[in-house]
Amino acid sequence: MVTRTAPSHLTAPERARRAARGGASRSVPAPLLVPALIAVAFLVLPLAGLLIRAPWGRLGVALTGADATQALVLSLWTATVTTGVSLVIGVPLAWVLARTTFPGQRLLRALVTLPLVLPPVVGGVALLLAFSRVGLVGRYLDYWFGLTIPFTPLAVIMAETFVAMPFLIITVEGALRSADQGFEEAAATLGATRMTVFRRVTLPLIAPSVGAGAVLCWARALGEFGATITFAGSFPGQTETMPIAVYYALETDPDAAIALSLVLLLVSVVVLVSLRDRWLRGGSVQ
Amino acid sequence: MTPEASGGLAVDAEVTRGSFTLAVTLAAPPGQVVGVLGPNGAGKSTLLSAIAGLTPLSAGRITLAGQILDDAATGTFVEVSRRPVGFVFQNYRLFPHLTVAENVAFSPRARGLGRRAAKSAADHWIDRLGLASLADRKPDQLSGGQAQRVALARALAGQPALLLLDEPLSALDAGTRLDVQAELKRHLADFTGPCLLVTHDPLEALVLADQLIVLEAGHIVQHGTPAQIARQPATDYVAKLVGLNLYTGHADGPQVKLTAGGTFIIADHGLHGDVLVAIRPSAMVVSTQHPQPSSARNTWPAKVTGLTLLADRVRLDLQGQPPALVDVTPAAVAELSLSPGSQVWLTVKATDLEVYTRTSSQP
Repeated sequence: MVTRTAPSHLTAPERARRAARGGASRSVPAPLLVPALIAVAFLVLPLAGLLIRAPWGRLGVALTGADATQALVLSLWTATVTTGVSLVIGVPLAWVLARTTFPGQRLLRALVTLPLVLPPVVGGVALLLAFSRVGLVGRYLDYWFGLTIPFTPLAVIMAETFVAMPFLIITVEGALRSADQGFEEAAATLGATRMTVFRRVTLPLIAPSVGAGAVLCWARALGEFGATITFAGSFPGQTETMPIAVYYALETDPDAAIALSLVLLLVSVVVLVSLRDRWLRGGSVQ
Repeated sequence: MTPEASGGLAVDAEVTRGSFTLAVTLAAPPGQVVGVLGPNGAGKSTLLSAIAGLTPLSAGRITLAGQILDDAATGTFVEVSRRPVGFVFQNYRLFPHLTVAENVAFSPRARGLGRRAAKSAADHWIDRLGLASLADRKPDQLSGGQAQRVALARALAGQPALLLLDEPLSALDAGTRLDVQAELKRHLADFTGPCLLVTHDPLEALVLADQLIVLEAGHIVQHGTPAQIARQPATDYVAKLVGLNLYTGHADGPQVKLTAGGTFIIADHGLHGDVLVAIRPSAMVVSTQHPQPSSARNTWPAKVTGLTLLADRVRLDLQGQPPALVDVTPAAVAELSLSPGSQVWLTVKATDLEVYTRTSSQP
């Protein structure tokens, strides 16, 4: 077969683009374009619906309703405490996973990342079995200290930590693995103990990743539903977080549900923007 | 007085990494710079990291001022952070999140000084290395030469008893290298302990080191003063480094029969047996016709196989018996219209041949 030259038209901007970046035609074939457009519509339409149906006029009223405010406040502080707890115990675990070797390490890593793929409600059931008044650990907490965890704000924090901390751990562990260990060696030759190396060299160098992991963890904690409702229940002011409030308000006060959803959507957008350098830069994640 | 007792470094050690074994015996007296020269993969960096404690020995021991740092036989091992060692890494490894002043103060601080005492210790070295105007900069705002000085200041601020430098000038461009080299030589002269300097640049080694060790494939192939090594290289690698032609052969009075073919007439040293012959590339004369009889005793035909332009001269690669590298001026290349394939005659005076006995340890 002979290839015939079939002239087409190249606009000036397209000419400039190809000259600058190189490469041939970038037109999209129809069998790819149509499914892609369906996917876009599927992802964007619901969000558009949310924005269109939002009671913009009485948004303030809907959000300042007693239940909504309570849920908002509870969600914000529990997610923040969860992030704090995750930083304090999750970063050291990430370091142990990245910088040491011991038998069973791969199993431990698998266990740590399990909550990422585990249905949150299963996590809630597991927490209940461990920490309820008759649970594995809970019975002793109750017996020795008179401490009952389920259906308290503490339970909310535990459920959120269970689900959200792995996001922080894998982010930080990845950063530790890809960090240049030459700096740590240099610090050691300068007389720094491993703890000093961690504090003065490792941690400052991976600070951006720790920050990103913390934001991710906070966002995941804020949106937590399944594990929380299973382990902590839904007592307004006590354990009813925003996602749970949205779920119940949908039946009783749809406007409040939509208003709360908008708040969560706004938070998500803010998180996305704050992590844009890591995630939205096409292809190459730093 | 043995070097160990007087503050010197003594290494008699083996490091095994997979199929590679580094086996080195060396002594570095205080105040001396020992250059470690060798090709990539010879084990130079492994040697430094063993001395610093980043790689444990598989056999043997390392002592500094009589104190054991690592002894594979007894299991004695001093951790990296507890060794009085200053290490200047190849790419400096300055902490990017700390300023110059904080980088230099890192070691005093890590070794237990308070914030203020560490700062004044650092200030001393910052002044000494002329870094005062850069103290508040971050490493990414430094030029190569400045970063090198900061790295040296940071290593010295910990008051090490031993200084290790891994290719200290290789990250610099050719323009600044000579200046920094001269400066480094001054600072090394001030250092009272032993100093090991790893490099693959022969000029750097010749300029900076008091004695030289040539490492090839994990073993020391030559040890001596820079002058000795430059004049009488023991292996092809060293000869190439210092830019000499090196031939192995068998001497019998005024004649040397070369292993690679051909015979040299030499100024008679009364040598008999296995010898090495070194010739400077500039000592040979190239002619396009058989030269007239002259006082030069060695003449042989050769074919040009390659031409390389060096800074101010052209290096000819010549095939013959024996083959040779010869330096000529670009003008000579033009006048004789030399190109690959040209037939030429090589001439060298017997007195320009450096002939010396091959010792058994040399391959």
